[in-house]
Amino acid sequence: MSNVFIAFQTNEETRCIVDAIVADNPDAVVNFQPAMVRVDAPDTMVIRRTSIEEQIGRPFDLQELHINLITLTGHVEETEDDFTLSWKH
Amino acid sequence: MHIDLRTVSIEPLRQTFDHIAARIGPNKPASRYLEATMDVQPDVNFHYRPTWDPEHEIFDATRTAITMKDWYALKDPRQFYYGTYTASRARMQETAEADFDFVETRALADSYDDAARRTALDFYIPLRHVAWGANMNGASMCAYGFGTAITQPCLYQGMDQLGVAQYLTRMGLVLGDQGEVQAAKNAWMDQPQWQELRRYVEDTLVIKDWFEMFVAQHVALDGLLFGLAYKEVDDALNAKAGPTVSLLTRFQTELFEDSSKWVDACLKVAAAENPQNKAQLLQWIAHWRGRAMKALQPLAQQALGLDADAALARVSARLDARLAKAGVCA
Repeated sequence: MSNVFIAFQTNEETRCIVDAIVADNPDAVVNFQPAMVRVDAPDTMVIRRTSIEEQIGRPFDLQELHINLITLTGHVEETEDDFTLSWKH
Repeated sequence: MHIDLRTVSIEPLRQTFDHIAARIGPNKPASRYLEATMDVQPDVNFHYRPTWDPEHEIFDATRTAITMKDWYALKDPRQFYYGTYTASRARMQETAEADFDFVETRALADSYDDAARRTALDFYIPLRHVAWGANMNGASMCAYGFGTAITQPCLYQGMDQLGVAQYLTRMGLVLGDQGEVQAAKNAWMDQPQWQELRRYVEDTLVIKDWFEMFVAQHVALDGLLFGLAYKEVDDALNAKAGPTVSLLTRFQTELFEDSSKWVDACLKVAAAENPQNKAQLLQWIAHWRGRAMKALQPLAQQALGLDADAALARVSARLDARLAKAGVCA
């Protein structure tokens, strides 16, 4: 089993995104670094649009992730509703 | 010379204010919304009681029959504080201005069908007086309400209604002229089909219980009026004469969608708090909703003719669906 991870710049928007990831992925581990926040999860991590919208209180386009994205690992599978990192394929 | 660069991580001693940490747990960063909202209103150590209402403290939770263990449970799902609210409304205003511009530069108002123009002017322009009443009520709920979580968005909603009144006036000036705006005032004051709605608005202005005012204004009146005006009548005008009026009322359509989220969330939390709240809310909703339906009937008739009853039934069903989702239906 290996980890996938995603890292964002730390700001008001990514706080909501990270909260949404933690709510949807109980095994995720958040790692706060200077000006950066990194979330690790075993095998797979799913980021859901609806969960982010709940936290952020407005409509959210998953492509907005890229504004604050620093890096990630894992194979990406994305739709309009979710963004999944895993080692499948 | 050798220079060694290294990163030093400095842990902040606290992530947020103590009173916010007491709510969300220690060592968690708080959102700007929470920091700008939670426990902002003073609730202890008041000095003098207001001379205009010596029965109550200046901020007093007993001004309404609704009771809450924690008034800050009535949070705004849109997370509006001054910064986010003004940014959001600036975006909406920019779109609305662009739409007015579009109508004016292409002279869409001049080529608009005359029968539809008459319907639109007679139906929409007097509604600016309803929006002004809603503006007063928003300020009133903010003044007498308890807890920044709810008083803050009440004031924002009041300001939004002032915006609605202004857009309606401008629509009157685009589709007609100053005479039309004055004629709408006269219709509001004198024509029989407007009097029931005018009575409704004037009666809400003097409601003492601010949460009852919330129900009468935001749930019953706005829930039905916006659904009728900016969906049903708008659709009918579109089918007859094209989307010019939809362009001129876009702000209202977007506002309704936006504010309904907040209204539903407040109802849901207040009703779930205890059975007495729920019973009280149901009673207020039944009363004010009945009156609002009665007030809107002749106006739907005037704008939609034979389709009025079917349209009002659809509006009412949509409000039912919202109330059921918020857990306040009998």
